[in-house]
Amino acid sequence: MTDYKMLFAGFGGQGILFVGKVAVNAGLCDGKEVSWLPSYGPEMRGGTANCSVCIADEPIGSPLVVNPNIFVAMNQPSYEKFISKVTPGGLVILDSTLIEAEHVREDVKLIRIPATEMAEQNDLQGLANIIILGKLYAETNFCSEESLQEGLKHCVPAKKQHLLAPNQKAIELGRAFAG
Amino acid sequence: MSEKVLMKGNEALAEAAIRAGCHHFFGYPITPQTELAAYMSKRLPKIGGTYLQAESEIAAINMVQGAGAAGIRAMTSSSSPGISLKAEGISYMAGADVPGLIINVQRGGPGLGGIQPSQADYWQATRAMGHGDFHILVFAPSTVQEMVDLVSDAFDLAETYRMPAMILADGMLGQMMEPVVFKEKEEKKEIDKSWALTGHQNKRPHNVVNSLYLQANQLEAKVKERFQRYEKIKAEEARYQTYMTEDAEYIVVAYGATARVVQAAVKEARAEGIKAGCFRPVTLWPFPAAALKELAGQAKAFLDVEMSMGQMVDDVKLAIDCSRPVHFYGRTGGVIPEPGEILEEIKKMAGGVK
Amino acid sequence: MAVVFDRPHALLDVPTHYCPGCPHGIVHRLVAEAMDELDIEGKAIGVAPVGCAVMAYDYFGCDMIEAPHGRAPAIATGIKRARPDNVVFTYQGDGDLAAIGTAETVHSATRGENITIIFINNAIYGMTGGQMAPTTLPGQVTQTTPYGRDVNYAGHPIRVCELLSTLDGVALAQRVTVDTVPHIREAKKAILKGFRNQIEKKGFSIIEVVSACPTNWGLSPTEALEWLRQNMLPYYPLGVYKDCNTREEAKA
Repeated sequence: MTDYKMLFAGFGGQGILFVGKVAVNAGLCDGKEVSWLPSYGPEMRGGTANCSVCIADEPIGSPLVVNPNIFVAMNQPSYEKFISKVTPGGLVILDSTLIEAEHVREDVKLIRIPATEMAEQNDLQGLANIIILGKLYAETNFCSEESLQEGLKHCVPAKKQHLLAPNQKAIELGRAFAG
Repeated sequence: MSEKVLMKGNEALAEAAIRAGCHHFFGYPITPQTELAAYMSKRLPKIGGTYLQAESEIAAINMVQGAGAAGIRAMTSSSSPGISLKAEGISYMAGADVPGLIINVQRGGPGLGGIQPSQADYWQATRAMGHGDFHILVFAPSTVQEMVDLVSDAFDLAETYRMPAMILADGMLGQMMEPVVFKEKEEKKEIDKSWALTGHQNKRPHNVVNSLYLQANQLEAKVKERFQRYEKIKAEEARYQTYMTEDAEYIVVAYGATARVVQAAVKEARAEGIKAGCFRPVTLWPFPAAALKELAGQAKAFLDVEMSMGQMVDDVKLAIDCSRPVHFYGRTGGVIPEPGEILEEIKKMAGGVK
Repeated sequence: MAVVFDRPHALLDVPTHYCPGCPHGIVHRLVAEAMDELDIEGKAIGVAPVGCAVMAYDYFGCDMIEAPHGRAPAIATGIKRARPDNVVFTYQGDGDLAAIGTAETVHSATRGENITIIFINNAIYGMTGGQMAPTTLPGQVTQTTPYGRDVNYAGHPIRVCELLSTLDGVALAQRVTVDTVPHIREAKKAILKGFRNQIEKKGFSIIEVVSACPTNWGLSPTEALEWLRQNMLPYYPLGVYKDCNTREEAKA
């Protein structure tokens, strides 16, 4: 049974809300029940940003993810704030370019991916978030491959379709990352 | 647009209002309803409508009153502190029988409070939306889809009964994205607006939209006439939804976003063998008192859950004439209760795990 | 026999509640005459204020609405935006327009809202029994300035036409009075201009009428008009403070 409670967290400007939107759109394409809830208000400006994404077979109760079973961390403060909230057996993916983390929890699967560095090396600045999504997809298959592509297409604005190819490349980089 | 699309609650509300024929929006910026006004400012000029950013919430509600009095569908949206400023205008609209739609995307209070989701404006919406003897229609959606579905009903009923209507949402519903489908309404009901200010074109006596009655007996008669209408609304327009209440012994009452969390908790309680159910008022005024009273026959106890210090709980007790114990659990200030907390309360009510 | 003086059609044949000697009656008549002359009663929508003119909705023959205190320009904005082809006017006093409704006044003006405002300035709150108004003169005795308005304590009066004339959205800001026949004729012309501006979509017009309140000033009607000439007009000089028409003429 599908019941993903995802939490994406990092700095404003890292595309935290965007990567959540791609995930939730992919879930919708699969015909799942979905919800997306951003943090909002002054914290959006320069501070931390996070968003909750639920993908499930049953209607979503609370769209606020307090205890994620998938946690994506893109900065140190967010990692420290939420790591203890992850449900046992959950998956944690962090951007190891930006986060130094000892493996403090034995009951979750922790993946370190140097997404920001990979983005820079591959001329994909600003797409560390999507590289991580590629890895998240490879780990979980939270949606079908087709829906992942559809979700991505849906989120790249019509006027910025030239950005679709780099986003697709970022997904592939993340999927291929071994670690 | 009959396929499923993902939309933020605030934007979905705006699109639904436009589809319901509301082409006049007057507002003032406030978090967490901002996207609604932004959506209107983008769409309305393209369809010959009016988006106007007023100098204040007070001006905005009076612009709605002016357009409403002129017989045109109009709305405003705000969040808790802004709604307080609109109170004067809403009272005047009620007193002059002017329809209009007010959206409250609630945040924590009192005062400037916070910007996180809250349900602390229940009393304001249902009891004291301004000075004087009056009510407004209050709808409490719990999903983005329901926000969409209730908008056109709110307009229709506001015009049918000639009174203001409110959609009482909260920051969570406004900010979250969920799939929605915009259904075409089958038939448009013709609503009499012969009272409206259109200019008499030298064909009829002048229409007057007014709430002033200096003769006490005249004002009393006017208010009583309005309360007769309210009785009809109470009898015919109360809405609610039940979840697993068929055999429920412990009934949790919650509205809006909180009801979603409650239903998750009820499901968990059922898994633990507790006969729990959820009763969700969809209209807060009129409160679905008769339906709740009926459930008192089978229920051993009630639990009212709100994102406030306990406001609707009064209506729950009144509805069942205090015939069963009514417990309360609330979080406030912008804190959203978690299913686990509510489950604990259900267990407590049920006297421990069965 | 030729009829040389009759009730304007747009002024209903009902007794008003105004005090003896109150200039409201004159100004009501001028507004109604203007509606008749422009043949706009059938498409006019008037907004009554809170204050002495609160019941103007019973006196004008056009469609009428009664606004919350100070909010008439916001109500008028809503009506005008909903029905741009109708002629929308407000009729407001000084407390309503220049105290509690200052924001609505200034912002409808700066938006260039295509409405017409008739503003009665009699330097006092008449309806509530003679309290200090935003336009009460320095030294003027009222119920709430029993020792005379001390500007160091209670602040200074507001000159509305001067204030609004600085705003780009204003088409006409003119101050008139109705103490003499020539002044009444002048006032009528200004009101007509205010309505014409709206019909020609020129934007916001305000006609300030310096008026009297014999009852609350504690003077006879003729004494009140003399007091107006002696005290009000020096502080509130009559004249055109802004007129888009003359500017256009000047350009041409």
